[in-house]
Amino acid sequence: MILGVDVASMILGGVAAGMVLFIVSVGLSVTMGLMGFVNLAHGAFAMLGGYIIVLSMNYWGVHFLPALALGFVVTAAVSFAFERLLYARLYRATELDQVLFTIGLVFMAIASVTLVVGPENQQLVLPAMLQGQVDLGFTQYRTYSIFLIAIGIIIVVGLWLGFERTRIGAQIRATVDNRRMTESLGINVDRLFTITFAFGSGMAALGGGLGAEFLGLDPQYALKYLVYFLIVVAVGGLGRVTGVFYAALLIGVLDFALKKYIPKGGTLFIFGLTILLLLWRPQGLFAGRAT
Amino acid sequence: MIKRIIVATASLVFAVGCAQAQEVKVGVVLPYTGVGAELAQQQDRGMELYLKMHADAIKPYKITLIKRDAKNPGGADAKIAVQELLTQDKVDILAGWNYSPNAIASAPIVTAGKKLAVISNAGSGHITNLSPYFVRFSFSMWHAGYAMGEATVKNLNAKTAVVGYTDFPPGKDMLASFKRAFEASGGKVIDEIPMGGAGAVPDFTPFFQRAKDKKPDVFFVFVPAGDHSSAVVKTYNALGMREAGIKLIGPGDITQDNKLQAMGSAAVGLITMHHYNVDLDNLENKQFVAAWKKAYGADSTPDFMAVGGYDSMAAIVHVVRTLKGKIDTDKALETLKGWKYNSPRGPIMIDPQTRDIVMNEYLSEVVMQGGKLVQKPIGKIDAVKDACKTLKVGPCAN
Amino acid sequence: MIVAAIKPTEHLAALAFAGRHRPRVWEPAPWIFAIAFYFAFPNYLGFGTELLVTILFALSLDLVLGYAGIITLGHAAFFGAGAYTVGMLAYHGIWNEPISSLMLAAIVAALVGLGSGLVLLRTQGLTLLMLTLCTMALLEEAANLGHEYTGGFDGLASLPIPPLLGLFEFNPLYPRTQYLYVLIVLFIAFLFVRTLIYSPFGQSLAGIRENTLRMHAVGSPVRARLITCYTISAAIAGIAGGLWAQANAYVNLTTLSLDRAAMVLIALILGGYGRIYGGFVGAVAYMALAHFLAKLYPTGWQLGLGLLLVVIALFARNGILGIGEALLRRIRAKHMPQ
Repeated sequence: MILGVDVASMILGGVAAGMVLFIVSVGLSVTMGLMGFVNLAHGAFAMLGGYIIVLSMNYWGVHFLPALALGFVVTAAVSFAFERLLYARLYRATELDQVLFTIGLVFMAIASVTLVVGPENQQLVLPAMLQGQVDLGFTQYRTYSIFLIAIGIIIVVGLWLGFERTRIGAQIRATVDNRRMTESLGINVDRLFTITFAFGSGMAALGGGLGAEFLGLDPQYALKYLVYFLIVVAVGGLGRVTGVFYAALLIGVLDFALKKYIPKGGTLFIFGLTILLLLWRPQGLFAGRAT
Repeated sequence: MIKRIIVATASLVFAVGCAQAQEVKVGVVLPYTGVGAELAQQQDRGMELYLKMHADAIKPYKITLIKRDAKNPGGADAKIAVQELLTQDKVDILAGWNYSPNAIASAPIVTAGKKLAVISNAGSGHITNLSPYFVRFSFSMWHAGYAMGEATVKNLNAKTAVVGYTDFPPGKDMLASFKRAFEASGGKVIDEIPMGGAGAVPDFTPFFQRAKDKKPDVFFVFVPAGDHSSAVVKTYNALGMREAGIKLIGPGDITQDNKLQAMGSAAVGLITMHHYNVDLDNLENKQFVAAWKKAYGADSTPDFMAVGGYDSMAAIVHVVRTLKGKIDTDKALETLKGWKYNSPRGPIMIDPQTRDIVMNEYLSEVVMQGGKLVQKPIGKIDAVKDACKTLKVGPCAN
Repeated sequence: MIVAAIKPTEHLAALAFAGRHRPRVWEPAPWIFAIAFYFAFPNYLGFGTELLVTILFALSLDLVLGYAGIITLGHAAFFGAGAYTVGMLAYHGIWNEPISSLMLAAIVAALVGLGSGLVLLRTQGLTLLMLTLCTMALLEEAANLGHEYTGGFDGLASLPIPPLLGLFEFNPLYPRTQYLYVLIVLFIAFLFVRTLIYSPFGQSLAGIRENTLRMHAVGSPVRARLITCYTISAAIAGIAGGLWAQANAYVNLTTLSLDRAAMVLIALILGGYGRIYGGFVGAVAYMALAHFLAKLYPTGWQLGLGLLLVVIALFARNGILGIGEALLRRIRAKHMPQ
């Protein structure tokens, strides 16, 4: 029984961490899969969203859920403008020029946030009902983790339906699989990409806000978790929503378990594990399936 | 004609000579960008605030700060900054150093450059041994860690402890110092949990769950000042460790003053050992905090980083005044060795042997008073020396 | 036998191809500049030394990235391997003679390159990028965990590096020896890389980069070539790391960090990869801007640096050298007799 509770709490904690990874990374995966665009500034959009969410709560007293919506909308709008004005110019450029461009954006984002808001960490104060613990029947657990899991499930189901059941979802899937063919069918891939890009950045913004409780929020956010987001995308496979979801959960749970039972190994295991997974399935664990 | 040129040159040289006697150039090396930017801001403000508050006392001398970004803890950028401050800007005094690796990497240049180097933060125990020109006005990790180890048994009556620490040298120092004092006083450390590197805030849940499962009397946590502390307190609270009867204790980094209020009621009951908190009851601190709020806004709170910067500048001003603006490094060092001063953290002294700080350590408990979190004093140890050097531990022995 | 009918001297393209490897008139310029820098800015030699080490590191990256088309984000693994070889041998009093230490650094880094190359170079694109990154992160964490030997995050300080050739002291305050030493090593490495890329081996690398399938089809041993190139590049990166450790008398975890790997990648792309001089131009542009902006404006310099990267990426293809080439082409087109 004790062991059962132990394993359950480990899985809950890991899944909650995985949900944050999923929410931030899914947009990155889809945009990379669609256009092959290497957008290292994805973390900067997550940071922008996180700042909007936390600052609007702290300074204007906006409630948590409306603040999340605000963060999503503003970040999506900003990324829409960026995509049309700047990103679109680089679709035909090499991956490395894209890297240069997006890293430049990250530097500018870090410096701007430092200068405008300040270098300090921003505190997310959760509504009282999300603080503390909740009784799950067999064990007590952190309320916010359970909330994250619920939100994550809602989002993944919503995305899955959107991908599987809508016209635009079908177009995205078609483009990921064969872009030239899709274009020759008369589908406007550029427009598709603009929509996906804005939506993906909005998701990243949600992730930035939702994750601030665990990961904090400061100007370096744009850079310091990027590696984890990229790992999730690589392991999940490019342009695969469910792939990213399972990869995020897998990494979340494994990372949690290893930290809990073998803390002395540091990050050794998570990087080692990623290497093994990628060598085993270079195209991602869940490549070759439709979504 | 030639005579006129000579006269003109001579008067020019004379003028420059006078200006140099009046102006003291201080090179400040801090990580103004990157993960340490927030800490650099605190220290920078502390230094500037001292100059502002004591402008009259500094006259007729002029202290010019030349600020350089140390950028990252890699050593090389800080080292280049120090080298250029010495060779290009010809500074009279060096100050700053936030990350220990940067102070360690800069040590050979400081030694070669033969200038007084005032450390305002870097806390790895042995740093002051690396160059005879280092004088430290911050702390060694052993100050708080060792004092806390003793107090945990004596004041808190704890028998068992789990130590969670950020896995980099200050964290390891903190573990070593706490464990040594705690076990010497009769306690037992039953688990040691490294909790990720200093660069990014990890999700603390797995580490804290492990600690909770071990059921210790106290959970001693060290995380670097900055982003980590609020995540620590939130996780402690959210996992119900308080209800499980486990006290969260640590050095003052977990109740860093400028983060404390945002932690809310979750922080009530935290017990820390540190050389400074904003609620310390002494005249200097009251003046310091009031001036800080006036200069940087009511929402801004100084913390121990700011005091490190403030005291460093106090020491520099003391040197400048004593030496009448003509900075000779050996004389400056003599001036500071054994120097006593009333800092916002209480009385401090520079140990003449080690050039490290001697100061009080305060045991405090976080309580809620009038809707505000306050650090209530529950114990004090006077004139604490760096135990790392007293006990000759590891590299501190040299 | 149509080919034989055209003598190289008569055909412009053939002439250009046959004479590609010959030194061009302007090629001594960077070296003259580097020596002039030594005399003109004696107080900037610390920065200059760091710059030269970065150029050498960028040169090694250019070999895999620009010539073999291997996109890696983990090149600091080899830089760090070299740095720690020099650092640990010197710190623990085993060996510290500078030049032979560099050789050892090159060997260790080459072994790391060979080992990881054998495993990783089967993959491409994002997967390869993440694999190289994770390998480097693994080494960094290993160095952190082995802090008893490596000094962990604080690193190994005050390395006892004896005078070069027993004659030239490494002065920390006025790093003249360091500057010239690094410059000479850079020059030798440069000559080696230059010879290599114009050799048949270098040609086959370019072939692999442009069309891997076709190179397989013509029977070129693609994987062996890639691994060889990766190993050579790792050795050069190891030398750069070893030089860094010697010049700073210091080594710590950041020699293995993503920051370092990303910085050199950015500098190389900024300068223009696949052009041998791209690393020179990029490292100078990136580091000089970062250095002097940071002096002027310690808290906000990244804004200017980011702007430069964005502007270059938007308005130039293939970095600063790309702009230069485009300009040159325009001028030539104007003056070319019809």
